[in-house]
Amino acid sequence: MQRIILHCDLNSFYASVECLYRPEIRALPVVVCGNIEKRHGIILAKNEVAKKYKIQTGEPLWQAKQKCPSLVAIEPSMGKYMKFSKAAREIYLRYTGRVEAFGVDECWLDVTDSTRLFGSGEKLAYTIKDTIQQELGITASVGVADNKIFAKLGSDMKKPNAVTVITPENYKQKVWTLPATDLLYVGRSTGQKLRKIGLHTIGQLACAEKHVLRGLLGKWGETLWTFANGEDVSPVLTLNHEVHVKSIGNSMTTACDLKNIEDVKIVFYVLAESVAERLRHATLVGKTVQITIRGTDLCLIERQGKLTCPTSLASDIASKALEIFKGQWAWHNDVRALGVRVTDLMAETDHGQLCFLQEEAQRARRQVLEHTMDAVRGRYGHYAIQRALHLAKPILKANPIDEHVVYPVSFFR
Amino acid sequence: MRKVFVDVTAVFSKEGILVPISFVWEDGERYEVDKILDCRNAASLKAGGCGVRYTCRVCGKETFLFLEDNRWFMEGK
Repeated sequence: MQRIILHCDLNSFYASVECLYRPEIRALPVVVCGNIEKRHGIILAKNEVAKKYKIQTGEPLWQAKQKCPSLVAIEPSMGKYMKFSKAAREIYLRYTGRVEAFGVDECWLDVTDSTRLFGSGEKLAYTIKDTIQQELGITASVGVADNKIFAKLGSDMKKPNAVTVITPENYKQKVWTLPATDLLYVGRSTGQKLRKIGLHTIGQLACAEKHVLRGLLGKWGETLWTFANGEDVSPVLTLNHEVHVKSIGNSMTTACDLKNIEDVKIVFYVLAESVAERLRHATLVGKTVQITIRGTDLCLIERQGKLTCPTSLASDIASKALEIFKGQWAWHNDVRALGVRVTDLMAETDHGQLCFLQEEAQRARRQVLEHTMDAVRGRYGHYAIQRALHLAKPILKANPIDEHVVYPVSFFR
Repeated sequence: MRKVFVDVTAVFSKEGILVPISFVWEDGERYEVDKILDCRNAASLKAGGCGVRYTCRVCGKETFLFLEDNRWFMEGK
């Protein structure tokens, strides 16, 4: 049976919410941009007026201001966006139980079984789009198709506040003429590889021989071929679908460049505490620590190391991260950003290998200590209890758990 | 248009429904809500906000009263 899938995309989401609350700036070019003092000053979202100045998401504010000196820059307020994101999902849930979130501002809806109640997919798309506009005061664009990939492409075709229907009759004309890089998971480098063998559009990709794509891109090649032909059968998951977590990590661009190992240690502890708290919350422990280091020249390196025994302790994670760092960074440049990730996860209750060398009693004490810290923070806030280390340089302290509520999600879950 | 936050006297009915009874406008005068004509989630593009919108009859005129999180606001001129 043919499925009916909608993809709803809230247009210029952060900027739209800000413009709703400030009618006086609606006609001006507006961008939402991270804090410049904390060096998070890149464009996160832009409104329709700012788009006319060719301002790109991800570019630094100074560059955007060169294109448009009168640009209005607003700092993000994540709490407000999460509220709108949740409200939009509640609207979707009125029409179907199958709603899968893809980031804060995008959702897929499988409305196959809802059409008898609410009318055709196209009619439902208009109803949902109009409801969002009336109730939330922001606009959405909706793509309607029989698979998730085409639905997503559809929602990108007409913006803002529009519905695009892709059918088995019109997809060759509507989808196949688009550049291959519009397809989910065809980024810059895959796009380049495809262009080298003369595949520029989604249609050319769809008509290519499967084995050629496999030769070029491996397993991915076949997946992309399936995407391009509208044969993706992945189901729309539900919002409470449990994702099998493979790693837990946090990273941040620090408020000032890190010039010595003491600074690096402070930041590693900030990140490790967040990662450890999230691990404990998920009752997981991990065996491998990965770190990412971005220097002031913006080059990124990623290294990893094994722990002697699985852990969810910030002290273990931070000291491992520091050990890897010391072995890898020769201080040709200062450090601009750091990341810590724990992988090789297993359930906390799995019986791990006990260590002979390490003093188990001491570990157990640290475990109790960190659990107590979680409890204190849960009750009195993150900064109620801190390591003395973090008092040394207050500019570097941060609370990634509350400040970074959005984690990237994958299509393949 | 301006977003005017107002003090509201409201009642929770036995059924759990929140009903505004009166509000104090920014000039300090209290106005009674004579009748609630409609109640729905809605955005106010004029004042800039969104929440539960009560369409009220006040002194013979229709007006909107919005409940956004825990604050009430109206659309001022």
